[in-house]
Amino acid sequence: MRTLILAGLAVLSTITLTAQNAEERGLQIAKAADQADQGFNSSIVNLKMTLKNKNGQTSERLLITRTLEQTTDGDKSLIVFNSPKDVKGTSTLTFTHKIGADDQWLFLPSIKRVKRISSNNKSGPFVGSEFAYEDLSSQEVEKYSYKFLEEKGNLLIVEQDPVDPKSGYTRRIVTYNKDKGYRIEKVEFYDRKNSLLKTLTYSDYKLYKGKFWRALTLHMVNHQSNKETVLKFSDYNFEAALADEDFTQVALKRAGQ
Amino acid sequence: MKIKSIYYIILLLCIGNTIYAQNETAKKVNHDFELELEGEYRYFYDNALFEDQEDHFPSLAIQPEYKAEWNAGYESINFKGFFRLDVDDERTHWDIRELYYQKAKKNWEFNLGLKKVYWGVAESNHLVDIINQTDAVESFDGEEKLGQPMAQFTWITEKFGTFDFFYLPYHRKRTFSGKKGRLRFPVVIDKDDLNYESSAEEWRQDVAIRWKHYFDIFDIGISHFYGTGREPLFIFDTTGNINAFYPVIHQTGLDLQITHDAFLWKLESIYRHADAQDFFAMVAGLEYTFSNIDGNGLDIGVLGEYLYDERDELALNALQNDVFFGSRIAFNDTQDTSILIGGITDLESSTTIFSLEASRRFGNSWTAAIEARIFNEIDDNELILSNFREDSFFRISISKYF
Repeated sequence: MRTLILAGLAVLSTITLTAQNAEERGLQIAKAADQADQGFNSSIVNLKMTLKNKNGQTSERLLITRTLEQTTDGDKSLIVFNSPKDVKGTSTLTFTHKIGADDQWLFLPSIKRVKRISSNNKSGPFVGSEFAYEDLSSQEVEKYSYKFLEEKGNLLIVEQDPVDPKSGYTRRIVTYNKDKGYRIEKVEFYDRKNSLLKTLTYSDYKLYKGKFWRALTLHMVNHQSNKETVLKFSDYNFEAALADEDFTQVALKRAGQ
Repeated sequence: MKIKSIYYIILLLCIGNTIYAQNETAKKVNHDFELELEGEYRYFYDNALFEDQEDHFPSLAIQPEYKAEWNAGYESINFKGFFRLDVDDERTHWDIRELYYQKAKKNWEFNLGLKKVYWGVAESNHLVDIINQTDAVESFDGEEKLGQPMAQFTWITEKFGTFDFFYLPYHRKRTFSGKKGRLRFPVVIDKDDLNYESSAEEWRQDVAIRWKHYFDIFDIGISHFYGTGREPLFIFDTTGNINAFYPVIHQTGLDLQITHDAFLWKLESIYRHADAQDFFAMVAGLEYTFSNIDGNGLDIGVLGEYLYDERDELALNALQNDVFFGSRIAFNDTQDTSILIGGITDLESSTTIFSLEASRRFGNSWTAAIEARIFNEIDDNELILSNFREDSFFRISISKYF
């Protein structure tokens, strides 16, 4: 009887140990990916977003994204719309936080108004695309809990569970490439009912400054609505040396004027 | 004529700067030209209250925009023109909305020329916003503004927020509907009939300052304006004649927004002092958004605001003790379909104004918009609004962008 209990305890502790190991390893991978991308300081990139509905009809948006790396807190970003022309100049300024709600301001060029907006809406679509706001916001390690799933050659597969209950997902299955600076190759999104909602594939990777991998094509497929969105990045600029002054409400108005 | 000379001075300054900039090496200049053409039709379905007023108002508007920027966007020249052709002669008008030179460097920004500046947080009334004159014939909500000549210096500090200093050398009068136009008084007011309190008239040299900062979930702005007011002061004598003039005012404004989860709590208030009038006014309320309701991007926002104006029935906008309620519906679809419905109701009388604004994109470069303003049971004692009681209207507009 006693041996049985001991054996039982042994089995239990092994399971806990493995579970802990899986969580720790998952976290380690996320941290390694975060680490690999540190030191880019700032970037400016052009983005062409192509939205495709289930009948294959497409529409396009052109944006410019400026990003400023922060070490103690989440990154800052400034996004300006250049097309469609009726929303040209509409811009957002976002200060992401590792913990808690992000700060976000919207600039409306027609009336020159800067409006602080709620960052509560994470799961909603970004400008009618298949990308949710949370898919495009700065990816901070603290925003998920992790579980390492498996290793396939140079690919590491990790489950990420969003910490924020307002997230539209129960989990994301992320494929990292450990030989290429832990860059992400694929993300599968599971909705609140835990069924597969979307798959995001990263391609056309390019190495900048010998250290920073950037995918120039992101392809999101929604399996439930059969709609797709393709993001094409071009003219990455890591040399602009942007500073905090380029991420203020004054800079937001200037970018969208 | 005088305003024309200002335009030329600014134009010269701008051109001068461009040449100077081009002389420097490796300064790539980016040019950008845009054009919006708009066809509009307004229909006032009630019989006109005053003689000569029309019911149908087809109209055309054109809005060219040009921008040249260099020095990686830290220097630019911005131009936005406007022209409208309308049945109402006074609504047929042109304006230079913007024509300014801008230079930004680290923690400061400088702007010189005709520009538009917006202050405030509320939706139903824009009390704090005072820099630009309202283009009163252009829209009912007062959100269209005339270009204001200014020199603006902005100083950004990390710890103490942003300070804006304005020098405003020229005042622009408000335009009122002509004799064919709706939304007017029984007497047609020509803008040139309105005088100034200041002997310098439109050339009174005005100033304004604003401090803006945010802490965590709080966004706060405090402003002070000293100069010729943008709102004319109406004095009705016993014979029913209107004496109206632009007073010299001191106006202190406060705007505050607290952004907490999906709640936006808003407050705007002003205190205005003039020799002929002192008063306090405020608008306070909230906006709450139920986002992504259907898992497909549908957002429904609810808005509620309370409006108070100490001027009582003399308040030009007639919002002396009123409640605004509304809903903003955004579909977040590829056509950016959105609807804003609302109403303002007087707490002391039956007066209510309902409104609807909706817009949608077609293709990549067309948009259509619908607007309706319904004046409902306007109280006869409303000194200003009672003149508009038969002026409910529908408006449809289609824009093409080039």
